[in-house]
Amino acid sequence: MSTRLASGGRLVNKNKAVSFTFNGKNLRGFEGDTLASALLANDQMLIGRSFKYHRPRGVVASGAEEPNGLVNLGEGAKFEPNQRVTTTELYEGLTAKSQNHWPSLEFDVGAINTHLSRFLPAGFYYKMFIHPRPLWKHVYEPIIRHSAGLGKAPKDRDEDTYEHYHASFDVVVVGGGIAGLAAALSAGQSGARVMLVEQTNDWGGRANVDTPTVDGKPAAEWINATLQVLENMENVTLRLRTQGSGVYDHGYVLAYERLTDHAPETEGPRHRLWRIRTKQIVTATGAIERPLSFAGNDIPGVLLAAAVRDYAVNFGVSIGDRTVVVTNNDDAYRTGITLKKAGLEVPAIIDARTNPQGELIDEARALGIRIEVGRGIAKVKGGKRVTSVEMCNQAGEGAVVEEIACDCVAMSGGWSPVVHLWSHCGGKLNWDDAQAMFRPDPERPPLGADGEGFVKTAGVANGHLFTAEVIADGFAAGRAVAKAAGHSAKIGQAPAGHDAHEGAISPVWLMPQGASHALRSKAWLDYQNDVKVSDVQLAAQEGYESVEHAKRYTTIGMATDQGKLSNINGLATLAKSLNADIPNVGTTTFRPPYTPISLSSIAGAAKGDLFQPIRKTPMSDWHTENGADYEPVGQWRRPYAYVRDGETVHDAVNREVVNTREKLGLLDASTLGKLVVKGPDAGKFLNMMYTNMMATLPIGKCRYGLMCSENGFLSDDGVVARIDEDTWLCHTTTGGAERIHAWMEDWLQCEWWDWKVYVANVTEQLAQVAVVGPNARKLLEKLGGMDVSKETLPFMQWADGKLGGFDARVYRISFSGELSYEIAVPASQGRAFWDALLAAGEEFGVMPYGTEALHIMRAEKGFIMIGDETDGTIIPQDLNLQWALSKKKEDYLGKRAQERSHMTDPNRWKLVGLETTDGSVIPDGAYAIAEGDNANGQRNTQGRVTSTYYSPTLKKGIAMGLVHNGPDRMGEVIEFYKVDGTTVAATIVDQVFYDKEGAKNNV
Amino acid sequence: MSNAVSTLQGKVAAGEVTVREGGLRGMITLRGDLASSKLKSVCKSLTGFAIPDMGKAASKGDKGIAWMSPDELLVLVPQGETASALEKIAKAMKGQHYLAENVSDARTHIIVEGSFAREVIAKLAPVDLHPTALRPGDFRRSRLGQVAAAFWMTDADTFRVICFRSVGDYAFKLLSVSAAKGGEVGYF
Repeated sequence: MSTRLASGGRLVNKNKAVSFTFNGKNLRGFEGDTLASALLANDQMLIGRSFKYHRPRGVVASGAEEPNGLVNLGEGAKFEPNQRVTTTELYEGLTAKSQNHWPSLEFDVGAINTHLSRFLPAGFYYKMFIHPRPLWKHVYEPIIRHSAGLGKAPKDRDEDTYEHYHASFDVVVVGGGIAGLAAALSAGQSGARVMLVEQTNDWGGRANVDTPTVDGKPAAEWINATLQVLENMENVTLRLRTQGSGVYDHGYVLAYERLTDHAPETEGPRHRLWRIRTKQIVTATGAIERPLSFAGNDIPGVLLAAAVRDYAVNFGVSIGDRTVVVTNNDDAYRTGITLKKAGLEVPAIIDARTNPQGELIDEARALGIRIEVGRGIAKVKGGKRVTSVEMCNQAGEGAVVEEIACDCVAMSGGWSPVVHLWSHCGGKLNWDDAQAMFRPDPERPPLGADGEGFVKTAGVANGHLFTAEVIADGFAAGRAVAKAAGHSAKIGQAPAGHDAHEGAISPVWLMPQGASHALRSKAWLDYQNDVKVSDVQLAAQEGYESVEHAKRYTTIGMATDQGKLSNINGLATLAKSLNADIPNVGTTTFRPPYTPISLSSIAGAAKGDLFQPIRKTPMSDWHTENGADYEPVGQWRRPYAYVRDGETVHDAVNREVVNTREKLGLLDASTLGKLVVKGPDAGKFLNMMYTNMMATLPIGKCRYGLMCSENGFLSDDGVVARIDEDTWLCHTTTGGAERIHAWMEDWLQCEWWDWKVYVANVTEQLAQVAVVGPNARKLLEKLGGMDVSKETLPFMQWADGKLGGFDARVYRISFSGELSYEIAVPASQGRAFWDALLAAGEEFGVMPYGTEALHIMRAEKGFIMIGDETDGTIIPQDLNLQWALSKKKEDYLGKRAQERSHMTDPNRWKLVGLETTDGSVIPDGAYAIAEGDNANGQRNTQGRVTSTYYSPTLKKGIAMGLVHNGPDRMGEVIEFYKVDGTTVAATIVDQVFYDKEGAKNNV
Repeated sequence: MSNAVSTLQGKVAAGEVTVREGGLRGMITLRGDLASSKLKSVCKSLTGFAIPDMGKAASKGDKGIAWMSPDELLVLVPQGETASALEKIAKAMKGQHYLAENVSDARTHIIVEGSFAREVIAKLAPVDLHPTALRPGDFRRSRLGQVAAAFWMTDADTFRVICFRSVGDYAFKLLSVSAAKGGEVGYF
């Protein structure tokens, strides 16, 4: 059983007990524990069930690479699934629940899957998709949905806050082990602005456990001394609990800081995502130990050798009383030595090598540990915990030489440098045969914009396994990156490291090397996704030769741990199955983040109210206070209608239309884009931007204009006013202001850079109100100060003046067909102006109206709307807008495109009005049906509805639509599909339904 | 002018770092050839400052100039003097190719002041805010969260932020959330 030792535990404070619960059980750990060490101290070896076969699983590692130890953590608004117990620091009141089992962790019905494994082979999903078809939908999919999956989805809204933080550095060093510390030291001394991040809460990395010497002293002393130096350097920033998560182009680094995970009641944000720009990066990310592939290597109690000694040294926790070490390298002997010295039993070190030599082996032997060479493990016995191992010859097929009773197996298949961050941005790897590892190729680093490398890797991450090289490499890397970043102040000597001399590793990808199919079917490669040696071999057999294909087929490396333990073993197994060399098979792609980071940290402050900016006009508060039912228009919210007590939205819309037609309406038109275009070439420029002639527009007048893309399609429309000799003001649609501004700047900066034109977006400077209806003039006359008579201010003219004391520009334009003025005032006066109009308008029946009333009134008049009648495929000719296409101009954007054969095709659908024969409203977007079916067996069509409304003015449904030869078919009745599959008949009519002669505006 | 109100009507979020709306300011977008002597002299006479270099702003009290782009300046004048300033520009620049527009009301002006004001801005703007990289006299056109914004420092603990009026409410909330208790990063 696993338990707390009397001695050891450099990270825990044994004077401070911490209570927590696991599956409702009350347990106690110490301050400084991880959830993993605390669970193990309580003999909680079984922590979860595996993904596919629901096998019992315990922790296998002690750090970020842990595949098995995932729990549902916290409750309610702090609940989070799939939290790794090895990286979760213990806190008072922590609640954790195991995952992926039913009904309980101890007794799990899904475990039957392990006996069905024969029927759940590699590529199971793909095979089941294909054959037999009905089984997938009705049998497999529902079962798999129920049985697969890890943690539960949170039900409550996350109550924590998160934030981003932007910072710039010369050098970012990822990893706070001795290589990272040395790199930060030399880079800092060179004068660079440095950030050093470490994902755990402990500086020094493995050197704390494996205790080499630096400069003749224990490593811990050097670590502390170096930290003191770094802390006193103003140009160096140190952050614990901060993971370098991703490296991106242009020296962009994401670092993930976990601020309050270890103390959830603390004020302030929970996670902080550092968005860093740096000139140079050092990845001193260490290495991850590889498991060995033998049968039963997933039984709780089988751990990585280094993890076993981490638990003993860091937390004072033993996994078992009797630990068998199984290895192919010298490093794992440290585990045997550590345990033996702690007074625990090490029945044997099983070494797959035939003649291992080295200081550590000598030391183990001197301690009296039995060493079995040329041996392997045929099988681990046990269910929910290890009971014994069957030892065999590594060279054979697994004939049992001896069964050794034990409750822990410490395995080591060698070390794989953490090359993830090196590789994120394209750093290349070499296969090092002697050390059996992929290591960064310093000649092929990720390249920056200047063609030079911007990432260096150092220490163990660079393939140096020994302290002397590690620390020297870190120091040299720090100096080199500082220099590359332009800092080369004189620095001291590199520290000198030393540790035990080790003999060579001998790669072992399967144990024993001739293991039978039965053994291979129980030898796990990927714990989290339940992929075994036999699965990868089957994939190879079935033709999955590319490592990327085999990965997806078997799902190896695709779990939340992204194959940190399994990738190298998996591809080595694949290589062997294909009789290929490992470097020729290659690795899968390393993608950020290094471990999963919270989605909330990516969102940062963007949640709730701040999820998205909502643009508000100066009158927005009034709208909200007066029942506005909003609709989004770009990032604005515009009132769709102002709903009064007892009304439906539809009622409100109808009331607003009728009131505006009969009396007086107000529309907040502040959102319309307003672009000032000025300069000696402004007229020439606008002649190109618009299809109409704008250069000749007289000062004081307005003209409705169309803008097309260079492909001829309608892009925007609006009223243009000529302000003075060289100034025009262009109104755009609400959603088009920024886009059209950018469009104009694009042409001016990239194409017509020699034209003298300046553009300014003054949309937000002005609040604009449309005063619309038969009483509009009366209201303005009452406010007083400007002559707005038909004679002085006729249709399509504008004037500046003081209106009721407000600085106003009054345009006489109409989008409703009514007598109408649009009045712009400075935005700061917008609300006061709106209030003044409401007060003064009371006697004239004033009533604000929303965008739906606006839409209905324009449709009654047959005016088009960008986004309704247009969809990016519509040219002005489709909408019978030929009158707005200047024939006098040599050119305008879109002109040439509109002359192409498809654009001039007489078969293009054209705009007409539509009136249902029964007065009903045609569904929006409905298609007009034609005779026969097309090649796909679908009904042929001859047109579609673009705008459709109930007209409260005409008391019937009206619509506009694009119809084949429409304008030539006036009076003809065509059928439109409704949503329910039936049809509705509509007569093709003129698109102007109301006041064709324009009498209402002509006053 | 009693009709004129600023976006947030002087809203304040007090704390170790206080966020408050700075109220209306006179602002003019001035585009033209920044090398033109006429442009230089009218800027000088309006604000007392020469045209600043790229990324810089010169300001004192209500008056100042900020560099916005190779052919654009932001001219700060006292509230209420925008119209007369525009007239002076028109007179001085007569016959020249330029554009001057009143943008006083297009903006929301927010003041962020307090011990970790720098960090509050650094949470929201992708800008190097290190004291060696951004000091009083520097000016940045960038963004805050999801909206365009510009800012400059008036002293070591005070930032002036301007953004579009329509998103003033968003920017204010964003700054207040970032300045909330427990939000100190401890970096600067």
